[in-house]
Amino acid sequence: MVESKQQWKAWIYLAPAIVLLLIFTVWPIINTVRMALLENYSGLKAAGGATFNFGIGNFEKVITYRRFVQCMKNTVLLCVFTVPISTLLALLIAVALHSIKPLQKALQTIFFLPYVTNSIAIGMVFAAMFNIVGSFFGTENELIVTAGIINNVIEFFGGKAVNWINYGSTYTANMFVMIVYIVWNALPFKILILLGGLTGINKQYYEAAKVDSTPRARVLWRITVPLLSPMLAYVIITGFIGGFKEYTSIVGIFGERMGPASDSGRMNTMVGFIYDSLSNNNQGRASAAALILFGIILIVTLINLQVSKKRVHY
Amino acid sequence: MSQKSIDIMHARDLRKTTLKQNIFKVLGLGGVYLFLFIMALIVLFPFYWMLISSVKSLTEYRAQVPTLWPRIIMLGNYVEAFTAANLGRLFLNTLYVGLVSTLLSLFITIITTFAFARLEFKGKNLLFGALLATMMIPGELFTITNYITVSDFGWINTYTVLIVPFLVSVFYIYLLRQNFMQIPSELYLAAKVDGTSDWKYLWKVMVPLALPTLISITILKMMGSWNSYIWPRLVANDEAHRLVTNGLRNAFTDTSGDVNYPVQMAAVALVSAPLFLVFVFLRKYIMAGVSRSGIKG
Repeated sequence: MVESKQQWKAWIYLAPAIVLLLIFTVWPIINTVRMALLENYSGLKAAGGATFNFGIGNFEKVITYRRFVQCMKNTVLLCVFTVPISTLLALLIAVALHSIKPLQKALQTIFFLPYVTNSIAIGMVFAAMFNIVGSFFGTENELIVTAGIINNVIEFFGGKAVNWINYGSTYTANMFVMIVYIVWNALPFKILILLGGLTGINKQYYEAAKVDSTPRARVLWRITVPLLSPMLAYVIITGFIGGFKEYTSIVGIFGERMGPASDSGRMNTMVGFIYDSLSNNNQGRASAAALILFGIILIVTLINLQVSKKRVHY
Repeated sequence: MSQKSIDIMHARDLRKTTLKQNIFKVLGLGGVYLFLFIMALIVLFPFYWMLISSVKSLTEYRAQVPTLWPRIIMLGNYVEAFTAANLGRLFLNTLYVGLVSTLLSLFITIITTFAFARLEFKGKNLLFGALLATMMIPGELFTITNYITVSDFGWINTYTVLIVPFLVSVFYIYLLRQNFMQIPSELYLAAKVDGTSDWKYLWKVMVPLALPTLISITILKMMGSWNSYIWPRLVANDEAHRLVTNGLRNAFTDTSGDVNYPVQMAAVALVSAPLFLVFVFLRKYIMAGVSRSGIKG
């Protein structure tokens, strides 16, 4: 009797969560698959009584759409550059932080600062730093006032100012700015996790290396990295997942134009494509793109897990 | 050669090598500090640039040769930013949404987790596994349908739409469950023997014991509201309900090349300030929550 009473009570405790999950999590999963498989599905047309054919037309449309291919290219490029760079930098910083005593806490706090920021707000700061301030830049009425602090620094060291994000800037320059910003943003979390991992490593390994007077670099690659591999795998996987969902950092730098004024949408990502389709009332296409994104994230995660199973020590 | 002279030579060699090692050690340590200082400078530079730009006059900001410290401190930029971006209203909206959704979310998380951690019911493990599985799915996939759902409910441009869809967080349940499981079940059984009700036991014993995790959840949720952009922009982009990130981006998305950057930077600084205050006072909880999550908010 007590048993059945507990059953009944447990479901009361669970009820609010279950109701909300059914509406905002379970139904969306089902509905997304449904909309993706109805060709050219649009909420507006559906409300008007239109019917749609069942098929994989949405997926075909999405992957042959030039705009989507561009978004995919941007997303993949951002991942391929930012994940290794930020992981390597975070590893070096974490190891360096771990090897010092004075100032360790203070520096650790500084390195964590970018985490507690609003990615749109600080994106605007980066945009201001890379911006060439002037009216009508890149047009015939060009009037440059200041080249921006980053260009000032480049010129100070004898380089030439670069048009990073303004009208007429190149794709490479845009990409570079995004990579710098995303790496800056991704460092704190990775440093935190890796530093946590380092403190857990048994000191005996290092003492043994000291006795053998093993050089620093060798200690790093032969002892630290293998022992840290579970944490490295974790930050790489979460890095890739975050990278494939990149969106707000680009809005921070370029605004909702998602590109320089001369080429709107050039820096758009897969998530951006989904929202664009949604605001064009093309839910079928948005759903298909979302499922493709999910598929990619799933595959990348599985590959990472497979690789780390072979490589990860323990 | 006598044994003695060999010993002396060995000692000399040994001294030489230790000296060499010490020099390398000092050099190495200096290098480590140099590397860390340079990286710290790079990390801090955007904050520094934001702050000094925010108090410059427009003419000084546009100087050919940038000044690293403002000549005149224009605090008026902050007043202008506050009114130009209508920050007062945005702050109030965000605070309201953040507080209400945090309180409700905490309540739901606590009672749901209690059921998973202490009560017995059929299909418990299956249900929990299913919940964890949904964490793999990118949020964008839910957004499409949720947008349709909230439109059908007539929730567009209300506070409800900013609060209700995200009240249940599987991640928070997962986090709190780890904490609840650590509380010995003997305590629970003892309370049962004493005739304490489940409800009372949950709020008088378990919740106080799990307070650090609950604080972490509160901070993450508040930061999440402060930083949320995509969903608010989609469903509540009117003057009355707009949230802070969204309002900031809107206020300074300008197509003409003539942006008042100092005022913009002042607005950015104002929006960033609460986050830093929270960080300064509650760093421990943020870092503890983050190291277990890997997500922002």
